[in-house]
Amino acid sequence: MFYREVGQFKSTYAADMAIFPIRQDRIGIAVLLAVAVVVIPLLANDFVLASIMIPGLIFTLAAIGLNILTGYAGQISLGTGAFMGVGAYAAFKLAGAFPEVNVLVWILLSGFFSAAVGVVFGLPSLRIKGLYLAVTTLAAQFFLEWCFIRIGWLTDYSSSGAIEAARRSFLGVSITGPEATPLARYFAVLGMVVFLTFIASNLVHGRIGRTWMMVRDMDIAAELMGVKLLPAKLSAFAVSSYFAGVAGAMMVFFWLGAAEPSAFGISLSFQVLFMVIIGGLGSMIGSYFGAAFIWALPVVIKFAPGLFGFEIQSATVEHVNSMIVGALIIFFLIVEPHGLARLWGVTKQKLRVWPFPW
Amino acid sequence: MDLLTAIFVDPFVRMGANPTFLVQVIWEGFVSGVLYALVALGFVLIFKASGVFNFAQGIMVVFAALALVGLHEGGVPAWPALAAAVGIMLVLAIGIERVVLRPLVNQPDIILLMATIGLTRFLVGLGEMVFGGEPKVMITEALGIPTGILRLPLFGRNLILKEIDITAAVVAILMVTFLAVFFARTKIGRALRAVADDHQAALSVGISLNRIWVIVWFAAGIVALVTGIMWGARSQVSFDLEVIALKALPVLILGGFTSVPGAIVGGLLIGVGEKIGEIYWGRLLGGGIESWLAYLIALGFLLFRPQGLFGEKIIERV
Repeated sequence: MFYREVGQFKSTYAADMAIFPIRQDRIGIAVLLAVAVVVIPLLANDFVLASIMIPGLIFTLAAIGLNILTGYAGQISLGTGAFMGVGAYAAFKLAGAFPEVNVLVWILLSGFFSAAVGVVFGLPSLRIKGLYLAVTTLAAQFFLEWCFIRIGWLTDYSSSGAIEAARRSFLGVSITGPEATPLARYFAVLGMVVFLTFIASNLVHGRIGRTWMMVRDMDIAAELMGVKLLPAKLSAFAVSSYFAGVAGAMMVFFWLGAAEPSAFGISLSFQVLFMVIIGGLGSMIGSYFGAAFIWALPVVIKFAPGLFGFEIQSATVEHVNSMIVGALIIFFLIVEPHGLARLWGVTKQKLRVWPFPW
Repeated sequence: MDLLTAIFVDPFVRMGANPTFLVQVIWEGFVSGVLYALVALGFVLIFKASGVFNFAQGIMVVFAALALVGLHEGGVPAWPALAAAVGIMLVLAIGIERVVLRPLVNQPDIILLMATIGLTRFLVGLGEMVFGGEPKVMITEALGIPTGILRLPLFGRNLILKEIDITAAVVAILMVTFLAVFFARTKIGRALRAVADDHQAALSVGISLNRIWVIVWFAAGIVALVTGIMWGARSQVSFDLEVIALKALPVLILGGFTSVPGAIVGGLLIGVGEKIGEIYWGRLLGGGIESWLAYLIALGFLLFRPQGLFGEKIIERV
């Protein structure tokens, strides 16, 4: 009823292959973008922008990256945090070395460094798969973390071992560094994430995306049908790490402002993996749902008791939070192993046939 | 050339110059290897019987040790506290089987792995709330674990052996022997091996999978408790142990996910290897290489033998 594609005929190949072939989807996306660009900046205060929207969008990008690898190409990785770190450190070094070039360019380029690192650590995927591969990606995690701590050149030999976002502006507006307002940073992040989501969506809908999905569904069968596993798997690692790297660079430049090596630890990897699994493996929209859920939930739990007038010690909140998030993860895995994206699909189907139940 | 000497000659010269120290290093590596092997053993038990890659094994170690220490601090004498800790692990095993495993039967590996990570988060929160997050001292004396230091003359110098370490090694060996006998000789052990071999065939001859899972998680819980006591006695009981337990993962790669002997041999290899690497080669890279050396060893190893040292050969069909 509300969501019906009847009467929308596709008369060209391009129309058939469009990302949003249904009119309602196109309207929905336009409305969503309008909300993100106009309504949220008008209504949200700095706190909401700085601690919910900006990190949520950045984590979305990281989740999209991991989703490409795990959801589309079927390779489990526990090294996302470290790949994000590579992007962050690369952007820090590049922005420091060439201050005259726009910082957005460097953030986009920093992803290529983590892509290169990702390819190196993706090499074992040609020999091993499944859980064994997951454990070997931990090698990347620990090795790279060690590099961030031990190699002074990466942090310009700063005594604290932390990297800081340089002060940079874009079109005369300060977007990174301490002076940047949350609103400016929000728009920068939003623009980057929408742009990169568009690229990722095109990638997975195209030839290379289909190759990845063949490898995911059964790599031997894919090989027999003429898919070269080496380029297919390594390109998945490269693209995934690219997105993770850009997300890591944005994390330092637009959200945290400064980061220590521990910010890119294994808990970050797990957090992103949770987003992908809860959101839905192999789904772009799922990455958004997952990031929103995993990021926003602890914030909500943290402030919900205060809204209802309960006074609880922050340490207790922290522990209860951890318990609730853990329990919810298990709960969601049990009721919907295919993630929130599947729930969204079910909802769409319901809207399609409403008011009839089938 | 200097670099090559530093890599290929100097460490061996130093080893030869002070053999006592070398033995000392190997012993230290051996003891941490025993503890890695114990954590890995918990993983292997559960992986064999239920196909779950139990990421929560590390936190189970912490949780068991915390429960023991926490109860003792609460005024319970040491031995009843130990019994109560065993009871807590049993309740935990039953709870996990009921709430997590049973509804998730037949899901893909990664979903089960994720569920155990969710379980980790839950247990971290629960443990910190009930027992507090600050590090605790293991009740070594109350349990009657010797804490002295043995000096053994060797090559003209003294080899220093902590009695705790010797106890840890002996307890580990006893426990592995007990588990081996248990698997080989008892009815439950046979059922466990049947389940590990083939779930469906085991079901068809009347073995209850649910009961086996509870038993196996309980066994892993006991292993976790012993590991927690030993590890806690060497340093202290804190949530940092959970991170150290991640070190058991390369051990698993090396030994194979399904092999108990593999876990033990792998644990010892990794333990000794990383200690020697850190002491003799670590300074070339600025130290701290312990954190990833084990993974790198495992990674290199996997390239040549993907199923691990003792793992079952992987045969793939379309």
